[in-house]
Amino acid sequence: MFSMSEKELGKKWDRCLADGAIKLGTGLGLGIVFSVLFFKRHTWPISLGSGAGLGMAYANCQNNLRSHYMLHRGDKVGLSMEKID
Amino acid sequence: MLRACLRGANATARKNYRRIPLTSLQQCRHYTAGESSSASKVVVAGLLTVSGGIGGTVLYAKWDHKFRAAVEKNVPYSDWLLGLALGPAAQDPGLPIKKRVELAQPPSMIEKQAKKSAKKEGAEGPVKDSSPAPSQPAQSLEEASAEATHIISAIGEVPSVPAPCDTEAAAVKECNECHEHKEATAVHPAPTEPMKERPVEEVAARLAQQEQEEQDISASVSASLEDSLASSAKATLQAIGAQEAALQAIMQHTDKLKEAMEAEVLPEEKSNQWKDLEAALADRTTALNDARAALSKANESLDSLRSVIDESKGLKISSVRPLVLAAEENLHNMVVDLDKMVMKVQSAESEAKIVSQYSELVNEAKRQFQREVSSLTPEIQANWKGLTGKLSTDDLNALIAHAHRRIDQLNRELAEQKIREKIHIDAALEQQKLEDQKALDNAVNTALQHVKEDARLDQERKLAELREVMEAEMRTQLRRQAAAHTDHVQDVLKVQEHELKAEAEQVLSSKMLEQETRYRQLTQEQLDNFTLDMNTAYARLKGVEEAIDSHVVAEDEARKAHQLWLSVEALSYSLKTAEADVPTVPLENAAQAVRDSCRDNDFALALASALPEKSLQRGVYSEASLRARFNSLRSLARRVALIDESRNSLYQYFLSYLQAALLFEKSQEAPPSQLSSEDLDPFKLLSYASYCLEHGDLELAAKLVNQLRGEARRVVEDWLIEARLTLETRQVVNLLSAYANAVGLGTTQAP
Repeated sequence: MFSMSEKELGKKWDRCLADGAIKLGTGLGLGIVFSVLFFKRHTWPISLGSGAGLGMAYANCQNNLRSHYMLHRGDKVGLSMEKID
Repeated sequence: MLRACLRGANATARKNYRRIPLTSLQQCRHYTAGESSSASKVVVAGLLTVSGGIGGTVLYAKWDHKFRAAVEKNVPYSDWLLGLALGPAAQDPGLPIKKRVELAQPPSMIEKQAKKSAKKEGAEGPVKDSSPAPSQPAQSLEEASAEATHIISAIGEVPSVPAPCDTEAAAVKECNECHEHKEATAVHPAPTEPMKERPVEEVAARLAQQEQEEQDISASVSASLEDSLASSAKATLQAIGAQEAALQAIMQHTDKLKEAMEAEVLPEEKSNQWKDLEAALADRTTALNDARAALSKANESLDSLRSVIDESKGLKISSVRPLVLAAEENLHNMVVDLDKMVMKVQSAESEAKIVSQYSELVNEAKRQFQREVSSLTPEIQANWKGLTGKLSTDDLNALIAHAHRRIDQLNRELAEQKIREKIHIDAALEQQKLEDQKALDNAVNTALQHVKEDARLDQERKLAELREVMEAEMRTQLRRQAAAHTDHVQDVLKVQEHELKAEAEQVLSSKMLEQETRYRQLTQEQLDNFTLDMNTAYARLKGVEEAIDSHVVAEDEARKAHQLWLSVEALSYSLKTAEADVPTVPLENAAQAVRDSCRDNDFALALASALPEKSLQRGVYSEASLRARFNSLRSLARRVALIDESRNSLYQYFLSYLQAALLFEKSQEAPPSQLSSEDLDPFKLLSYASYCLEHGDLELAAKLVNQLRGEARRVVEDWLIEARLTLETRQVVNLLSAYANAVGLGTTQAP
């Protein structure tokens, strides 16, 4: 199909949200699991896990959105020397 | 004046300034006062500076005019100031008045001319000099020289400069001589300009004229001389004849008288004798009168002859001179003869006088005797010889006594006479001597005159001979000179002839060459013209052929153009097949058709191949679809307006979304003709772009959208690409159709 650059952002947001939801859920779950299993039902592992999950999702989303502007390690940058006459 | 004022102002300012420190010292403690004093200090310093500057400027302007001009030009009102201070600007010194070249003084020649023309009054005739001839030889020589110079100048090219000079010198001399007489000068060859050479013809004419005049004059003179000579000769001869006749008459008369006195003849014969005597006396008187008249006439004619001779002598013409000389000789001879005759006549007359005295004495004695006789014998009168018979003896005795007495008386007288004879003879001798002396003196005088005359005539003859000799010599010399001159002239002429010949040949050859070249040139020109005409005809023929060919070609072209046009029309039609959100059909076929129809047309080919690949393969979007797409893009671009490479965190995204929610702009705004920096705001750009799109200007909308930066740009990138594609394709198709139309128009022939 025809490439539509305007749809990309929407796609990114979709991914962000999906990723956030997954990570939040996973973090929550793991937090609950750890809080139940190892940390005597304190709430802090749950908030930790969800926070961590949220944070990871945030960071992922941001990274995703930034990815165009970021230079990757393997990229080669061309320097053009303009002649100044 | 201004400077004085300035100086005054400066002085007062300085005075004030000097006063001020005193006060400022007092007031320097006060903050505000100190400030005012310093302010006044500043003001004063400023005034000083300004006035100093102005004064310096004025001074320098006075010294340097260029500076003044520059100042006046650049600083307004400075010209007024400087004018006040220094007076008006000095103008440039005008061009130096050139000295007029004084006219040269009239040459001295002109003065001389004037003098000469003043001198030269009256006849510029022949070589006639009416001045008296003080020194004939000198003048004759001058004349001869003048003639010689005339001859020279007449012969050749010798400039007559020396001639005029000579004659002018002669003229001056003679003018000086005859200045008091105020007569025209002699030879004056040049009319007005002295050193101009007279033409030969003029000289010859003048010479001829002079000769003619001379001849005329000599002829006239000779004629007059001859006339007068003839008349005087006639008169003289007449006189001489008359004198001779008178002489003869006188001699006759004396003879007759002597005869009558002495001869004892018969009374009848005596009376005849007396009658003859009276007749002879009458003859003598008439003859004497005639002689006298003739003499006077002869003298008159001689005088006239002399005057004529003098006149002709005064003419000073050489040809006349021998005539004059001859006439003079004749005159002299005539005068001599006349004088001789006169002398003879005079001597005869004196003789006759003696004889007549004697005869008178005798008559006197006879009368006395007669008286005595008559007194004695009163009855017997004359002619007593016939009365022999009548006389008585008394009478006879008385007569004889008287006779004896008379004889005695006579004897006594004779004795007395004899005594007084000597004395008488002495007295007579004395008288005779005196008379002889007188006669001798007369004779001597006349002889002297004659001799003088002879001598003079001799001298003149000799002079004439000498003159002739000199003239002959002069002529020979002149002839020699003329011969030399002619030789020289011949040589020169020969040389000149050579030169002229060479020159003429050269000229001839050059002219020939010229003519030849001209001929060749003309023939060449003709040939060229002919070839030109041929070429033009050929070219025209070619042109006509080409025209015909081009017609064919043009028709071919027209057909091709038509085909092209058709294919381009098909292409543009295929562009219109785009529907909403669906691009057009791939333009490959149409493009191919176009390419086919313009195989040999590079421009169209280039254009056809300039169609972008994507449009060929995939087709292009229509403008409407692009517009619709833009509308949806717009909100997205608004939302990411803040995001660019430096701001791209999620927080920025949040802010950007907030901004998009809160910011309101016009949905469509007309874009300005020139974008300024504040127009580069994404919101504004988007509103401009949507305005352009609504009004169908996809190109401007694309340009405006191209100005977006950052994330918004990334978002609209694809739309931009599509828009570019569409624009490109449309442009190419427009160009092609325009080209096809043009070609079609070009090939169609207007009726």
